Amino acid sequence: MPYKHYILICSGTACESSRSREIHDHFMKEIKDHQLENDVQVVKTGCFGFCEQGPIVKVLPDNAFYVRLKPEDVREIIEENIIKGRMVKRLLYNPKDDKGRHPMTDVANIDFYQKQFRIVLRNCGVIDPEKIDEYIARDGYKALEKVLFEMTPDQVIEEVTKSGLRGRGGAGFPTGMKWSFTKKAPSDIKYIVCNADEGDPGAYMDRSTLEGDPHSILEAMTIAGYAVNANKGFIYIRAEYPLAIERLNIAIAQARDYGLLGENLLGSSFSFDIEIRLGAGAFVCGEETALLASLEGERGMPRPRPPFPAVKGLWGKPTVINNVETWANIPVIILRGAAWFAKIGTEKSKGTKVFALTGKINNSGLIEVPMGTTLREIIFDIGGGIKDGKQFKAAQTGGPSGGVIPAQFLDTPIDYDNLIAIGSMMGSGGMIVMDEDDCIVDITKFYLQFSVDESCGKCAPCRIGGYQLLHLLEKITNGNGSMDHLDKLSRISQAMQKASLCGLGQTASNPVLSTMKYFTEEYTEHIQNHKCRAHKCSHLLKFDILIEKCIKCGLCAKACPVGAISGDREKGYLIDHTKCIKCGLCFERCKFKAITRG
Amino acid sequence: METIKNLELTPGLLDYIAQWKDKPGNLIMILHKAQEEYGFIPRNVAFKLAEVLDVPLAKIYGVITFYHYFKLEKRGKNIIAVCMGTACYLKGGEDIIKELETILGVGLNDMTPDGKFSVEAVRCLGCCGLAPVMSINGTVYGKLLKSQLPEILSKY
Ligand SMILES: Cc1cc2nc3c(=O)[nH]c(=O)nc-3n(C[C@H](O)[C@H](O)[C@H](O)COP(=O)(O)O)c2cc1C
Ligand code: SF4
Ligand code: FES
Repeated sequence: MPYKHYILICSGTACESSRSREIHDHFMKEIKDHQLENDVQVVKTGCFGFCEQGPIVKVLPDNAFYVRLKPEDVREIIEENIIKGRMVKRLLYNPKDDKGRHPMTDVANIDFYQKQFRIVLRNCGVIDPEKIDEYIARDGYKALEKVLFEMTPDQVIEEVTKSGLRGRGGAGFPTGMKWSFTKKAPSDIKYIVCNADEGDPGAYMDRSTLEGDPHSILEAMTIAGYAVNANKGFIYIRAEYPLAIERLNIAIAQARDYGLLGENLLGSSFSFDIEIRLGAGAFVCGEETALLASLEGERGMPRPRPPFPAVKGLWGKPTVINNVETWANIPVIILRGAAWFAKIGTEKSKGTKVFALTGKINNSGLIEVPMGTTLREIIFDIGGGIKDGKQFKAAQTGGPSGGVIPAQFLDTPIDYDNLIAIGSMMGSGGMIVMDEDDCIVDITKFYLQFSVDESCGKCAPCRIGGYQLLHLLEKITNGNGSMDHLDKLSRISQAMQKASLCGLGQTASNPVLSTMKYFTEEYTEHIQNHKCRAHKCSHLLKFDILIEKCIKCGLCAKACPVGAISGDREKGYLIDHTKCIKCGLCFERCKFKAITRG
Repeated sequence: METIKNLELTPGLLDYIAQWKDKPGNLIMILHKAQEEYGFIPRNVAFKLAEVLDVPLAKIYGVITFYHYFKLEKRGKNIIAVCMGTACYLKGGEDIIKELETILGVGLNDMTPDGKFSVEAVRCLGCCGLAPVMSINGTVYGKLLKSQLPEILSKY
């Protein structure tokens, strides 16, 4: 008998960190206390995406969307919503806007979801990822059944090719074409690999997909195995994602039980199995040839391409490597058809893209939008604008390999080619929003530091060039820059692009080139005026006491850890700039805004 | 090398090795298990692994030192991992590290003298929506304020 109510509890990592486990336990207890076991089913789902508002609980069929719940709130939801059928208004999502709207009683009206279109995240927040039956109930493994019994391998590849799907791991290579290379490569052993290394710091699309819908990845890899005639798959996943690993392990065991992995799938003549391998915290292992080296148990050093992995990959055998999000699209393309998929998106970028929207944005979270959505729609409609009413400065996409998108491109439709044309790249989907308080030179330095730390050191342009770039940026932010450094930065950057062995070195200078292009004056300000308008570069700060506002309380002098502030309550106080270490404690401590920061 | 001859690997690790021994590319998985058992990869364990797995010691150290995840030094009872990914950086991840330094008296990649805490930086815990974020022994704390740190630490 179907239940009268379903309570969906987000169990992604973000919500679990904000006590969604406790909330789950409270629901179970209240349901038992009220003897509702036969009426209500509690489902632990993957991420709803709206992480800003977590922990989130959805009640069906009412469609009530409860946010920022505390365990104490659970009883009220049971007694009011479940028993009496009245939503608990005070706990519903309540947009803080001036449009005079009331707490939202219907999820469909929430701005955050309105412009979204979910293919990849279709099951995230809907099913219990630990139950294969729930995946199956949502047409799961139907695509596999379809390819095994109704399609030839060539037809599968043709369908994927016609859909126009391009790799979501960064480079945007056409997926169907990649599969056809592997299909054509002569070899009796071939492999399928899922790249779940998700190294871009500030991105978690793949993590949420794996946590919320692990079976979709297993199904897709099996389909690819059938298409290219491979019998073995590996998922290479970051060790930093324990929950995703656990759910994948559960999913693999269940699929084996159901005959969906293993020998003679669904009674056909095709056999396929999948194994999980852990990464160990090296960003470069996201690069496909380094990933293969790591899968082989070696140091994760990239290898020259060609030969491409599609032809000569894992242990020298033809290997299809795709990103998690790419995989998640496959079952839908097979079931709904290439033509349906190709209608979504722009001319050369089909389908949707998942972004991890973070930084100085009101609604941070995971979003999925059709390709061609503009940055303005993402940031202002879905994201609810910039935090604290501040000014939008730029959005960064593509992580350490990408660049910034300044305000003048807010209306550019986002797809692979447009982003490259404006000097950034799609990357894997991290989208970090910056406001006026962020220093562009400082952020660039952050990315360079990252790439320098993560360079494997195999080739000189990346190993030495990256370090030189970082060194120059440090000089500029320390107040020791000169104008000819800008020229040096761009020459080294170009050399790295041309001469590095792998994608890491080839793209590590992108943040430099892109920020120098759009924020030239901020660089010159740092160099010529020793000024950081965002007050982030501490070496350039200068603190002074404003005599008009100072009431001579002496708090600043007490706060200063190095005794750089002298004076007394009679004469007033003075900052000795030679002693000052620019820690800013006096600035924070002064209640009368009598300390200026220049 | 007497100590290595007599060293008995933990039963958990031995079981795991038995399971993985014949699979190609097993070294990283086995090192993960070793680190899970010992908290880090002690020198004598690395020597023993070389012997049991029949791979050159240089290769074992080559792999350990390439990957940030593997540690060669003993770590504290509780491991504090502060996220230094981009989202957390923008939202003040560095201040969290500084504050921990003030409270615990040790900086990054260091252990308190009583062995209770180690502080490490990690690249993105995948909860960027909650930045700044840190985790202690895998439990994630999000939307952190400096002022919450003493209370959180007192639980351990
Ligand atoms: C330095 C570097 C890091 C990368 N990191 C990732 C990653 O974390 N995840 C990923 O899927 N692809 C990553 N890639 C891209 C892969 O090399 C490869 O293009 C991708 O896995 C192919 O899958 P796709 O065609 O489905 O995108 C990275 C590339 C480079 C150069
Ligand atoms: S470009 Fe950098 S990361 Fe890539 S192979 Fe060269 S040194 Fe290694
Ligand atoms: S940047 Fe800190 S969790 Fe992602």
